[in-house]
Parts: sequence; C-alpha cells; structure tokens
Amino acid sequence: MSHVLEVKNIEKYYGNKSNLTKAIAGISFNVEEGEFVGIMGASGSGKTTLLNCISTIDRVTAGNIIINHQDITKLKGNKLNKFRREELGFIFQDFNLLDTLTAYENIALALTIQKVNAHEIDKKVKEVAEKLEISNILNKYPYQISGGQKQRVASARAIITNPKMVLADEPTGALDSKSARQLLETFEHLNQNLGATILMVTHDAFTASYADRIIFIKDGKIFNELVKGEDTRKQFFEKIIEVQTLLGGDLNDVI
Amino acid sequence: MLFKLSIKNMKKSFKDYAIYFLTLVLGVAIFYMFNSLDSQQAMLEVSESTRDMIKLMISMLGMVSVFIAIVLGFLIVYANNFLVNRRKREFGIYMTLGMGRRQISKIILIETILVGIISLIVGIFIGVFGSQFMSILVAKLFQADMSEFTFVFSKDACIKTCIYFAVMYLAVMIFNTLTISRYKLINLLTAVRKNEKVKIKNPIISIIVFLISVGLLGYAYYIVTGGIYELNTEEKMLVPILMGIVGTIGVFWSLSGFILRMIQTSKKIYLKGTNMFVLRQLNNKINTTVISMSVICLMLFMTISVLSSSLSIQTTMDSELQEMTPVDVNLYKTANLPQSYEDSYTGQTIYPTQEQIEDSKHSISYTLKTNGYDMNNLKDVVEISVYTIPEWTLQYSLGSYYEQAKAQFSMLMYDLPEEIIKVSDYNKIAELYGQEQYSLSDDEYIVLCDFDNMTELRNEALKQNSTVEIEGKTLHAKYNECKSGFIEMSASYVNTGIILVPDNFELKEEWKEEEFLAANYNAKTDEEKEEIEKTFVEAENNALLSNLDQKGIELEGMTKISLIEASKGLSTIIIFIAIYLGVIFLIASSAILALKQLTESSDNKQRYTILRKIGCDEKMINQALFRQIFIFFMLPLALAIIHSIFGIKFILSMLAALASPSDLLPSVIATAVIIGIIYGLYFLATYMGSKNIIKEED
Repeated sequence: MSHVLEVKNIEKYYGNKSNLTKAIAGISFNVEEGEFVGIMGASGSGKTTLLNCISTIDRVTAGNIIINHQDITKLKGNKLNKFRREELGFIFQDFNLLDTLTAYENIALALTIQKVNAHEIDKKVKEVAEKLEISNILNKYPYQISGGQKQRVASARAIITNPKMVLADEPTGALDSKSARQLLETFEHLNQNLGATILMVTHDAFTASYADRIIFIKDGKIFNELVKGEDTRKQFFEKIIEVQTLLGGDLNDVI
Repeated sequence: MLFKLSIKNMKKSFKDYAIYFLTLVLGVAIFYMFNSLDSQQAMLEVSESTRDMIKLMISMLGMVSVFIAIVLGFLIVYANNFLVNRRKREFGIYMTLGMGRRQISKIILIETILVGIISLIVGIFIGVFGSQFMSILVAKLFQADMSEFTFVFSKDACIKTCIYFAVMYLAVMIFNTLTISRYKLINLLTAVRKNEKVKIKNPIISIIVFLISVGLLGYAYYIVTGGIYELNTEEKMLVPILMGIVGTIGVFWSLSGFILRMIQTSKKIYLKGTNMFVLRQLNNKINTTVISMSVICLMLFMTISVLSSSLSIQTTMDSELQEMTPVDVNLYKTANLPQSYEDSYTGQTIYPTQEQIEDSKHSISYTLKTNGYDMNNLKDVVEISVYTIPEWTLQYSLGSYYEQAKAQFSMLMYDLPEEIIKVSDYNKIAELYGQEQYSLSDDEYIVLCDFDNMTELRNEALKQNSTVEIEGKTLHAKYNECKSGFIEMSASYVNTGIILVPDNFELKEEWKEEEFLAANYNAKTDEEKEEIEKTFVEAENNALLSNLDQKGIELEGMTKISLIEASKGLSTIIIFIAIYLGVIFLIASSAILALKQLTESSDNKQRYTILRKIGCDEKMINQALFRQIFIFFMLPLALAIIHSIFGIKFILSMLAALASPSDLLPSVIATAVIIGIIYGLYFLATYMGSKNIIKEED
C-alpha cells in the first residue's frame, strides 16, 4: 500500500523571536491509502494546527507534508487552491452548508467549482446521495433537515470529488449521540466499502473508537499511537480511555 | 483618550466609512455649487434683463435647497446608522470593559464631528472647483462673456453649506445618542447574525407575478406613448403611474425567482462555477429588499428622465427659437371694433370709445405715426390683415371628421372662426421671414399649421374632406395635409391654423379681424437694437406707450429679444433645478443601494467563509461577489432605463416639442456620463467595501 499522506518532521511556530510559541514541535507520521486515522489531543495540543497545515489552510515552519506524492509545502497560490479543491475533502464540526442552497446544490457546488460538466455532476450527486441514504432530502434546504442529515450532506460534498483524503474536524461535535453514531457508521461505510481515506480530528473517545488507528498529540508532539488491529470497538475504546487518562496529565502536574 | 480611540477607530474602519464619506462629500460639493451660482463670474457679465431671470432662479434654487437638505439629512442618518450597526460588537466590548453609554456616545460624537469637518472641507474644496466648471455652463446658457477667467469663491454659499450641514450632523448626533441608549449589552455582543432561515417563494407564483407585472408595465408604457391621446384628464394620468409603481414592485418581487427558475432549467449554466451560489444569493437578497429596490429604481427613473428631457428641451428650444424669431418685432391689434362686445373672460359687455373704434379701422403704422412713434426706427416693414368669416369655423373645416375630433379633444373651441389671410399677403410675410411662399389658383386654399397635435387633427380632416363651400364659392384644398408656416413669432411651434385663400376671393371689409405688422429694427449693432427695443417695452419717458395708454388703444406685440430672454431664462431655470434634483436623487439612491449591499455582505460573511473552506480561491470568491453586486446595481438601473425611454417620450410629447433622436442624443450622453460617474463611484466603493468585509475573520 502506498502512503497517501506523509508528514515529515514538521514544525510550526507562532510569534516572533522574543516570544515564540511552538504549536507543533516535530511531528512525523504516515497515512496509508484506505486508512481511517483519528487524531486526538486536548485543546491546545496542536491537533487543529496540524489539521490546518495538512489541509493547506496554514503553512508549516519546517518539515514536509507529502500528499499523493506531492509536497504541498512547496505549492503556492492558485496551485494550492487547486490542490485543495481537487485532492482533499472537508467535513467540519458546524457542517458549513450554505443555507441558501438545497442539499443537492450544496453537494453539487464542490464539483461546479472544479468546472466538471453539468451532466456528470447530476449523475454523481445522485450516486453519492444514494450511498449516504440522503436521496429523499436532496431538494430540502439545510434548515429543513436534522443535524445528522446535514452532516451526511456535508460528507457527501466532501467525497463527491473523489479526494485522496477526507479531513474531518470534530465531525460529531455538534451532533447528539444518536446522530453521531449514525454519522460514524457512515464514515465506516465510506472507509470500508468505498475505500475513502479519512483523517479525523476529535477529542471524543467514542468518536475516535471508530478509527483504525489513533495518534495522540500533546504539546505539539506525538505522545502515543494506538492501532485497533483485531480488537473489538469496545476494547479499543477502553484502550483509548486509558491513554486519555495518561494524556490528561502526570501526577507532577497536579499541585 | 477617547479622542485617540476615535481616530484609531476611523483609521481602522476607513473602508467602512468610504460610502458615508463619499455621500457627505458629494452632498456638500453639490450643495455648495448650486448655492454659489449667484456670485459666479458668468452672472456678473450678463445683461440687466437676464439678471432678473437669474434672481428668480436663485430664489427657486434656494427653496429647492431646503428640500434637498431634508433628503440629504435622511440619507446621512441612514448611512450613519449602518456604521453604528456594524460596530455594535465593538461598543459591546467597550461596555464590558466598563465604559458607560455616555462615553460611547462621546466616542461617536467625536467621530461624527471629525468626519463632518473633514467632509465639509473636502466637499467645499471640490465644490469650489466644480463651480468653476458650472460657471462655464452658465456662461454658455446665458451667453455671457467669459473671455477673462477669474477664480470665484462664494463666502455666502460656503457659510450656508456649513450651517445646513451642521444642522444635519446635529440630527445624526441626536440619533446616535438615542440608538446607543437603547442598546442592551447582550444584544451588542451577539450582534453578529447567524445563517438564518430562508424564505423560499413558490416558483410558479413567481412566474405568474412576473408575467402579470411585465404586462402591467407594458400596458402603462402603451398608455403614455401610443395611447397618449386618451390621457386628457388628471385622473387618467394616475392610472399609468400606479400601474408603473405596482409593476415595478411586482417585477422586483418575482424577478429573481423567475430568473432562477429559467436558469435552473439549463443545468449547463446553472451547474457552472459559482453561478448557482450567485443566483441563490440574489434570490435570497432581492426577496428581502423588494421595496428598496423598487424605490431606487423609481428614483433612478426620475433622475434619468428629468435630466435627459430637461437637457433636450433646452436643445429643442434653442433650435426652434432661431427658426421662430426671424424678425425683431411683431405688432398686432384688433381690427373693426364693434360698438359693444362681450369680454370672453369676464362676460361683461364692453363699450369701446369712439377713439378706439376709429383707430381700429386703420393699419398699425397709422396708429404708430399718429401716436408719435419715429418710424425711422423700423425697416423691412410688412403689414397685412387677418380675416375671419363667421360661417367658416374650425368645426366647418373639420367637416365630417368633427365628431371624432370632438371625442378626442373635448376642450377645443370648435365654434371659433378660422383665421384667413390672402395668399399674396402671406407671401410678403414669408419672404421677410425667409419661409416657403405659396401660389394658389382661384378655387384652392391651403391650411398652415405647425402645432403638432393640431396638425395631426387637421391632416386627418383634410384627408376625409378637402372641399369647402363659403359664401356660394367652392374651394378645394391644394394639399391634403397642413403646410408649415406662421405669422406671429413665439418661442415654439404654436400655430394652430391659418387658412390661405386666393387673392380674388372676396373678403369683406367687415370680416377684418386683426391688423398685423412685422419689421426689423433699423440698427446695425446689438446695442442699437437694445435701444430701439426700449421704445416698445420701457414704460418711462415713452411717448408712444403713454399716448396709447391714454387713448385706451390696445396694441400688442412680441419682440425677438424678449422672446429669447424669456425662453432662455425659463429653460435655464428648468435645467438647473432638474440637474440639482436629479444629481441628489442619484446620490441618494446609489448610497442606499451601496449601504444595503454592504449590510448584506457583512450579514453573509459566513457564506463566503464556507466557499473558501470548500476550496474556492480568492479569485473565484471575488468574482462571485463582483457579479452579485454588479447585478444588484444593474437591475434597478436597467428597469429604470426602460421606464425612462417611455417616460422621456411622454414628457416630450406632453410639451408638444417632439425632439428628433439627434436632438436627444447629446443630453442622453450627458445624463449617461453623470450617472456613470456617480453610480460607478458608489459601485466601486461598495465592491471594495464588501471585499474587505468578507475577508474579515470573525
């Protein structure tokens, strides 16, 4: 299997010489094609910065990020935008659907800005809607559908472009537990049956338990890594909780 | 401290202030320019009689200025309100830091004063330079000597501008303080609007409403152009106006839904780039701004039609004036005064004196000579008599067409006898005037008429029946249409009908109705002409006028100089007031449109953030924004232009001075330039401002 994503010793600093903040202090890892990877960490651990760097929204200070054999730290301007448009799909915590557009149009928008021809767009939208079981709500506006449905529409928008990798930032953050479970099952389906590579950032252990592998980050560094392997989800979940407890802080930190 | 904060705020939100500042500066500049007219150099160079006209104009402009100040006042309060709303959160933060309402009011107060002073200075500066250009325009209109150019600054206008605007700023301050005192902290902090529920109209209803509205507008257009002859009462005028307003609102209410529906049927266009987003944006936005779009459209419509038709009236008047005033003076008096007659206005019976009756039997030159007028003042004198035959009335001329004519123009006096002139008499006048001369055989007649509506009426009548029988004689019309021509000078084509008969047609002495004289002044220079002019118009030390007055002899007349001055003065007043109002309306509508758009942009910031997140680059986003603002600005303008085409046609036909397209062209170009500059400036400022707003981070 080839690496979809190679993160090579990246660093990200904020501020100036006199007051330097290291948001990422040397992180390296790979993501294989068809993998479902979770990134966990407390707030301020650098996980969002990491995701921003991978999603080309932010630039690294040092190191390389290679997605699909292309070093995105070397890309600039329009090429970067083009890359983001064509190689990556995004799912956000607050859905980020356009309220003026119907579900159908929201999904189609991802393709229209890539200048795909109209006939193909129509076909693809219907296909992906079928797979995510949202065909019946395609003509509804975001305010007419539930949070879980919104996130599934957002997922459809993220995968319709056939991205090399889907980046999900706290996708279940705004959902109730039932919707969250449904969405995660959808992710599982996307990952297992459609071969989508997913990189998901979360701080919720239950959400993370759906991933194949979890990278824990603390203070801008990789703290631990867990692979699900042959474990059941329950076992995996318990392991995650264990690491999280460790991650929560050393005894020394408690005064 | 507060002062520093204010300055920093202004620097920071400079782009937000751009529209506000632009509106203030333009308002001040226009206000100054029109109120400084009286002290402009051109005004000092014009003749005495023109100056009276200018005085009238200045006082009218003064009154219009009050109205304009009110319009600008509302506009400034509205624009300011937008700024304060945009900064709610900022004020909220000040309040959480412990700043009181009074201190916040003070910050805004300082800002208002600063912006006010700067805009006044810049505005007056632009106004002073603009008024120099206006001086040239004035000079051209009044034909003043502008060979020596001096730079003029009007202190009065400056002070007046400052006072008016100070009052407006005061209103703004009071308004701001009131707004701030009503704010609640929680609302200030959560003022950033969220994506909201979108009201979607039923597309079928949209299409139906759109078609009905277009139909209404089409019918209104027809009424004011094709069916204009039906419009003979004021109540009937209201119908197309109301239809126009309802139609305009209807079009804006349904247009976006209609367009959306139309474009959605073509997936190729709809599913291309950001088209879908732009269309949905427009659809959503126009839904919330139907009324303001309609008001703006109607304001633009008024601006365009007022500007271009007033400018073209001037052009038409000028060219007509040249043609209609071929000699220096016309004199006329009633011939054959009876022993008694009924005054047509008061209904009283009037008994003329023997002196009046005697004089009315003679020619005008006789009257002039016997009353001590020096005939050497005149040259090229032509005298003729105008006759009327009791049985030859307008009704008789129209013949079988009379019933139809009566139905169309109920107001005409059909029982009035027609004016009749011998063809050789007319040819004498025509020769002097440099107009076409006519010849007639013994059984022919010609109708002369140049008043538009009347010409059409008479032409119809002539086509139906061209033979008349008068006093046992039969006459045929030589032409089955009216020929142009006139004997009395006037400022435009107002001859409603003169009939030329052959010389051997016996016209009885008792039918003589009017004596007429046309002549030129026996003078070479303009100054000499002005001197002779005084012998007819100036009452003091004037032997002729005092003698006539004593005897009660009514000698009426018209001079070229007075005609030109009256007409020029009138058209100039119309033009100035039209430009003044037009430009202010234009500024008002552009500013409202711009502020609406900016408000929308800040409310919709999140949508652009989403576009950015799903991979649109800045170029695409800016393009979407540009298209959206462009369409938003163009829609009311486009409809206003369509309205104006019919509006201008209507105004011109109302004034019975149908200008040819070539007359209209320069004024249409001038209007386009004015609108292009002002509207364009606001469009650019809006685009820049919106771009800035959607770039902001939350």
